[in-house]
Amino acid sequence: MSKNPEFVKFDKVDKSYDGKVLVVKDLQLDIAEGEFITMLGPSGSGKTTCLMMLAGFETPTNGEILLDGNIISNIPPHKRGIGMVFQNYALFPHMTVYENLAFPLRVRKIEKDEIDKKVDKALSMVSLNGFETRMPGQLSGGQQQRVAVARALVFDPAVVLMDEPLGALDKNLRESMQYEIKHIHESIGVTVVYVTHDQSEALTMSNRIAVFNDGKVQQLSSPAELYEKPVNSFVAEFIGENNTFNGEVSDISGDECKVKLSNAEILSNAISVKSKGEKTTVSLRPERALIEPTEKMDNMFSGKIEEVIYHGDHTRVRVNLLGNPEFILKVPNSTSNLELKVSQEIKIGWNSYDARALDPK
Amino acid sequence: MSSETKQILTTDGIPLEVSLKKAEKKNKIKAFLLVAPLLLFLFITYVFPIGEMFTRSVDDKMITNMLPKTFKAMEKWDGKELPPEEVFAGFYSDYKVLIENQTQGKLGQRLNKEKNGFNSITKKLMRQIKRNKIDESQSIKEQIMKVHKRWRNVEYWQAIKRTAPPYTMAKYLKGMDMYFAADGSIAQVDEDRRIHRILWLRTLEIALFVTIFCFLMGYPIAHLLATLPMKYSNLLMICVLLPFWTSLLVRTASWMILLQQQGVVNDFFVMIGLVADDNRPEMMYNKVGTYVAMTQILLPFMVLPLYSVMKTISPSLMRAGKSLGGTPFVAFWKVYFPLTIPGIGAGCLLVFILAIGYYITPALVGGASGTLISNQIAYHMKSTLDWSFASAMGLMLLSGVLVIYWIYNKLVGVDNIKLG
Repeated sequence: MSKNPEFVKFDKVDKSYDGKVLVVKDLQLDIAEGEFITMLGPSGSGKTTCLMMLAGFETPTNGEILLDGNIISNIPPHKRGIGMVFQNYALFPHMTVYENLAFPLRVRKIEKDEIDKKVDKALSMVSLNGFETRMPGQLSGGQQQRVAVARALVFDPAVVLMDEPLGALDKNLRESMQYEIKHIHESIGVTVVYVTHDQSEALTMSNRIAVFNDGKVQQLSSPAELYEKPVNSFVAEFIGENNTFNGEVSDISGDECKVKLSNAEILSNAISVKSKGEKTTVSLRPERALIEPTEKMDNMFSGKIEEVIYHGDHTRVRVNLLGNPEFILKVPNSTSNLELKVSQEIKIGWNSYDARALDPK
Repeated sequence: MSSETKQILTTDGIPLEVSLKKAEKKNKIKAFLLVAPLLLFLFITYVFPIGEMFTRSVDDKMITNMLPKTFKAMEKWDGKELPPEEVFAGFYSDYKVLIENQTQGKLGQRLNKEKNGFNSITKKLMRQIKRNKIDESQSIKEQIMKVHKRWRNVEYWQAIKRTAPPYTMAKYLKGMDMYFAADGSIAQVDEDRRIHRILWLRTLEIALFVTIFCFLMGYPIAHLLATLPMKYSNLLMICVLLPFWTSLLVRTASWMILLQQQGVVNDFFVMIGLVADDNRPEMMYNKVGTYVAMTQILLPFMVLPLYSVMKTISPSLMRAGKSLGGTPFVAFWKVYFPLTIPGIGAGCLLVFILAIGYYITPALVGGASGTLISNQIAYHMKSTLDWSFASAMGLMLLSGVLVIYWIYNKLVGVDNIKLG
């Protein structure tokens, strides 16, 4: 059986809480079966609202949500069969780990033997065997998190929703949990809709990422494409680090364009500019600009070092370049490192292909 | 072995333990001084009065002090037949002292409570003694027995002997409609005179139902308070608290205005045609009035602990319950409700304990069938002045509350109570 590319479908969904402001605007989103899709965006961008509509705790103001071809807007949450992992885990504090996991099975009137088997399987999936009789309060944050994941999966839902599930964990634990969730997803092939505002989390885990801002999906693509080829300034700015130059298109030919800044002219890749005279913001990833490049690059300028920050594996250098005092460079920490000092003049070069002329900020 | 381990010294060479104690001593004294006024206050207002109440309730020293020689002589008497000469002689000399002190009347009254008929025969004896009719050189037993035929009845002497111990449980028995029979065994009072037991049962019944009503009404209110948006919940909170801030007497009085036969509620019933004008139901001076008024007055004590517990329950728990496949009812019953049990326990305990000792409201709106044991206690405090009986009943009430508290602790665990 082939995977359904429209397993979950948001069809022209609008949502408003107060009848004045739309928190979700004309959302059109297809999620394939077995996909790990992340809704990424700043707080208030409507991503959690989308998740709540899918779970059934909010109803769309307009439009339909379809699950496997069926309209689910009128189905109450408990009949949707969608697993959910909540931000604060929402484990039942008065039940043991076993009872927490057995809850969705018991309400489905599954037999005791079967429940035991499924709970056991779910717990081994998150490597928490032997914790059945513990109360949630006796578990660490990471363990509670894993119980919550196991509980959302134990009744074999078709879709699992995760609402910033790692938000309360410390950095190291969060990273290891990211891999753990990713591996669970790969091994059981469940469709996961994941909400986060942490871009590195999104980039690590997802098949595809939907970047939300202002109630709209700004870009929906794979993590690599999102990072390498942002389609607008917001995405470029939101995902990863970014150097920008504001200017005006002075010449355009095919994919390439010239952008006139206040004191120079740079070559760049024309993404969303169409004609001469348009205002634009040129976006360039810090690691794509090189210091004292050995090979020839079509953008080559010199700037003054303002600040040098040692980061262990790399050094961040802030340079005043072409009137932008916030231009950041990442210099890998190799043995053949250059001597970098504040107020030193250095040459910086990059290829015009890596500089993307996007919509003006 | 600990004695062999080397003592840890501070840098100054003082043993660490000594140094630590010294350092903490000052703090301990300060802390104690800080709570000392409260301890003293608690002792004066709580421990001492309860102790006083207890001694008063079992105290029976009056006769013991009045008749020292009699009781001394009675020690040898088996109590089956008329006492020997020494007992009569002892009683005679004790009684003479009482007459000189003019306190013989109290003895008569007190003995009369023990057995009817004492009052007249002691007075008669007093008159004989005052007229010097008793010849001390002859057998006093014979002379006293001639004063009245009841002095020849062994039951009266047995009654005196029963009053000998300085302490008695008689008041407690009376509180349960029982008494010490002539032979010292415990007997029940006649069925038509068993008022206290009815009152105890009625008190328990009313307290129980008031608690149930408060729970049924308070639970949804508390839930609303905990889940409504702030601006509505604040308003609702004021609605809950406003009556709480009003004087108890005012609230009870307003219930009287509402519930009386020509009152607002009855007028309304007549207006909508629920009852006939000449057949207005009595809603006051009976149990109905007590239930209605007490439930309303005690409601905040149920709502507030419930609210404080519900406030801490994350709404995502109910959502989790539903998303895992539980119907709204299952999610409520299996997830939400068990988490509110600490609040239910606290609220019910609070309301029940307050209701069991409630006084003003049942006194004003209760009438004959709606009064509680506390009203009976007040009656003995104010009208009959039998303070020892009032004390005994008060202590019975207190121990009843403690028993309930103990049962509750066994069932739910006091640690689980959340008052706020």
